[in-house]
Amino acid sequence: MRTQLKEATILFAGDSGDGIQLTGGQFTNTAAQSGNDISTFPNFPAEIRAPQGTLAGVSGFQLKFGSVNIYTPGDECDVLVTMNAAALKANLSTLKKGGIIIANEGGFDAKNLRLAKYPEGVNPLNNQTLDDYEVHTIDVTKMTREALKSSNLGQKEIDRSKNMFVLGFVYWIYNRSLDKTIDYLSAKFAKKPELLEANINVLKAGYNFGETAEAFTARYEIGPAPLPKGIYRSISGNQAIGLGLLAATQKAGLQLFYGSYPITPASTILHELAKYKNFGVKTFQAEDEIAAICSAIGASFGGALGVTGSSGPGIALKGEALGLAVILEIPLVVCNIQRGGPSTGLPTKTEQADLFQALYGRNGEAPMPVISTRSPSDCFETTLEACRIAIEHMTPVLLLSDGYIANGSEPWKFPKSADLPTIKPSMATPRSNGSDEVFLPYKRDEKLSRKWALPGMKGLQHRIGGIEKEHETGNVSYDPDNHEFMTRLRAEKIEKINEHTPQQKLDNGPDSGDLLIIGWGSTYGSIKTVVRDLIAEGYSVAHAHIRYLNPLPKNLGTIIQSYKHVLVPEMNNGQLIKVLRDKYLVDAVGLNKIKGMPFTANEIKNKAVGLI
Amino acid sequence: MATAEAAIAGNDNIGLTAKDFATDQDVRWCPGCGDYSILKQVQTVMAETGLSQEDIVFISGIGCAARFPYYMDTYGIHSIHGRAPGFASGLKSVRPDLSVWIVSGDGDCLSIGGNHLIHALRRNFNVNLLLFNNEIYGLTKGQYSPTSPKGTITGSTPYGSIDTPFNPLSLSLGAGGSFIARSMDRDPQHLRATILKANSHKGTSLLEIYQNCNVFNDGAFFAYTDKATKPQSTLFLESNHPLIFGENGNKGIKLDGFKPVIVNLDEGASKDDLWVHDETDKIKASILTEFFELYKDENTLPRPFGVLYCEDRPQYEELMADQINETIAKHGKGDLDKMLSGSSTWNIE
Repeated sequence: MRTQLKEATILFAGDSGDGIQLTGGQFTNTAAQSGNDISTFPNFPAEIRAPQGTLAGVSGFQLKFGSVNIYTPGDECDVLVTMNAAALKANLSTLKKGGIIIANEGGFDAKNLRLAKYPEGVNPLNNQTLDDYEVHTIDVTKMTREALKSSNLGQKEIDRSKNMFVLGFVYWIYNRSLDKTIDYLSAKFAKKPELLEANINVLKAGYNFGETAEAFTARYEIGPAPLPKGIYRSISGNQAIGLGLLAATQKAGLQLFYGSYPITPASTILHELAKYKNFGVKTFQAEDEIAAICSAIGASFGGALGVTGSSGPGIALKGEALGLAVILEIPLVVCNIQRGGPSTGLPTKTEQADLFQALYGRNGEAPMPVISTRSPSDCFETTLEACRIAIEHMTPVLLLSDGYIANGSEPWKFPKSADLPTIKPSMATPRSNGSDEVFLPYKRDEKLSRKWALPGMKGLQHRIGGIEKEHETGNVSYDPDNHEFMTRLRAEKIEKINEHTPQQKLDNGPDSGDLLIIGWGSTYGSIKTVVRDLIAEGYSVAHAHIRYLNPLPKNLGTIIQSYKHVLVPEMNNGQLIKVLRDKYLVDAVGLNKIKGMPFTANEIKNKAVGLI
Repeated sequence: MATAEAAIAGNDNIGLTAKDFATDQDVRWCPGCGDYSILKQVQTVMAETGLSQEDIVFISGIGCAARFPYYMDTYGIHSIHGRAPGFASGLKSVRPDLSVWIVSGDGDCLSIGGNHLIHALRRNFNVNLLLFNNEIYGLTKGQYSPTSPKGTITGSTPYGSIDTPFNPLSLSLGAGGSFIARSMDRDPQHLRATILKANSHKGTSLLEIYQNCNVFNDGAFFAYTDKATKPQSTLFLESNHPLIFGENGNKGIKLDGFKPVIVNLDEGASKDDLWVHDETDKIKASILTEFFELYKDENTLPRPFGVLYCEDRPQYEELMADQINETIAKHGKGDLDKMLSGSSTWNIE
């Protein structure tokens, strides 16, 4: 029996050593390649190998895929694949009533039950607690060992491939081909034929188990989604930032230099860029966060695009250098892949609580453009924009992403390089021999930005630094009037950038009405889902999602005035809302979630309906 | 990279003099500061190097010494406290063609910037680091620094400092520095010669310069600069020459095992038994850096000046470029469209 579905949400959960992220990633690729729209949410502990079998060590990979447009990884799961007792306990609340549990029996032995803190003698698989669900217990460990009994591999290696059994089984349930995963395994284990054979055997064993096990009669079909025509690939947020940086520098004719210090969840940008050696990309793993940003500024001084990336605690360390970049008026892109704070906070969980830090987190008057990305594929275009603003306006730019976007992935209709806009650096002109024309490093154009004069350019020698500059000459100046003038000039320069960025558009909904939901960053998918549903239900609701957080789009005030109510959902204690109240005197209402987890669509929907 | 290539249009330092490296800015160090001498020697050396003004970059952090770039008619960054090596690393990575100079004081370089110093040394970018050591914080008005001797009385240590000071050259050698040298503001000729050597070395050249702060720490190095004590207290190193010092060169140093011993050449010791300086010998260099006692009398080991250690090893920016070139040779130049499409795509019709 095959049931046609529009969408489904699966949560793979297990120990952090169970290969859950890989399993989820493989299902994602296979689903995406068969034309489904998809959204994913990897959720893992900060410890690389947290104590095995414990609640603290549970790693999860949630994904929603469908024949309709998908904007979030789903509020509730239809299927929970659980490798052990702790994974069940930690995730049961996200499974919808009547949902399917696929449980690895081997992960529910006495030891695992004790580690998951079930009372002595209680096994949820054997009592009535799961009666509301459809439970399928499979002894994955045993089946895996059985499938590999003729292999020469050790027990440990054999057991490590049990995630392939589960993956094969889930492929069977959703009627998917094993080809893409076999391709992946073939590349991964090209030099280890024994492991390759073992993994493929177990994958097939899982699939065949679905065919032969009579207990499991239902199979599901989810057809392709009505995505716009074109060629797609799957992309994660940090991958897209890496590609965005590469594309931007290629389009600007500049070298790319990325100075960074490892930090979760930003490190994968460094990993990504370190692969691009044959593009001449230079990556530099600095000794600390401060050296990382300073090296990037040094690279920009030399005429490359200097970029650094980090997360909140690292950005805090970079604060002084950010101020320097502001007064140097030099191109620099700073990526903040936000995570839960303050301090170390929740390193592997998501939050958008660094907006104030981005806007105000420097000493003195140090305004800086801030732009934010809303989804994994959106990272590409947003990064291009960050680079364009940095290069064409001679300024550091803060790009805000977060852990949810960084690790999540979705289908991306990628562009052709020829279709990408050219970025135009504003280079100074070297003097010819005999010229005695004085060079003014802080002379400004109509955008109020100065020229980029590179070492090596004849006759343009100049010194820049952190001490206040005299207007135009850039010489050290302690003159009170000059300081006020320059402070206002730097602010005006940043404010004017919105003459060169797009107006705010509505993502959905009427131009005026009862409720406007304003979001930024990774709340995009949840808000989009809610607004789509509310409009379908007849409500007068619109959605504006802000990419340009500083300066804000010129028309945002007018948009805000066109609705009776304004709701601002944020994964923080209310930051954008304070900016909007300050700037537009609007009586906006906040919806704030600070759990290190994204909003579910329902949370936003309930609040929205209550306001109207 | 089109823009940077266009920038280095050709080297035409024809007959530049020290004056050509001075800017129109008033030099604002205290009258009598040792920095004046260093500035003058650097400007003189720059003219001798044959480098054009536009191909040189001076980078500094914060402190009195850090004002240096404003007085050099070259490119320059007066950056933030202790971080100059960071800026230099990024700059040199993308512009190996430039002559990059870091100017730093003892507080900037060894205290707030200590971390960057050690990492710069081990990486070995081809840059020159001039460490102005005056054993005091000048710009913040006279607190003790990481090189102040124990017991230094300052505003922040009214009962004397209790920290053991850094031995900057020992630290630098330990961090993997490939060029370790010392000179002083009051010996212009030696200073110029040593700056030139630092400039010729391919790799990070660490040159410690004893610099008198006549306002907050006047006379910190008088033992090494005063006519009366200088012959006894200083040892001027020359490659392949025996370690000789003292009045009319009457003393020498020989090695007894690993122990340096002062011998008197007037009293029968032979020059042939003396330690001959080999700047490529790291073990001996490490002993030389430990000639660090405060000068008391003629039995104190003299303080070595000149190049203590010099080693040829690959520069970071070279290795970085090599890796890129090797990857291009192996896989061809990158194709942006291939990157955008990735390894696995699907078509929606």
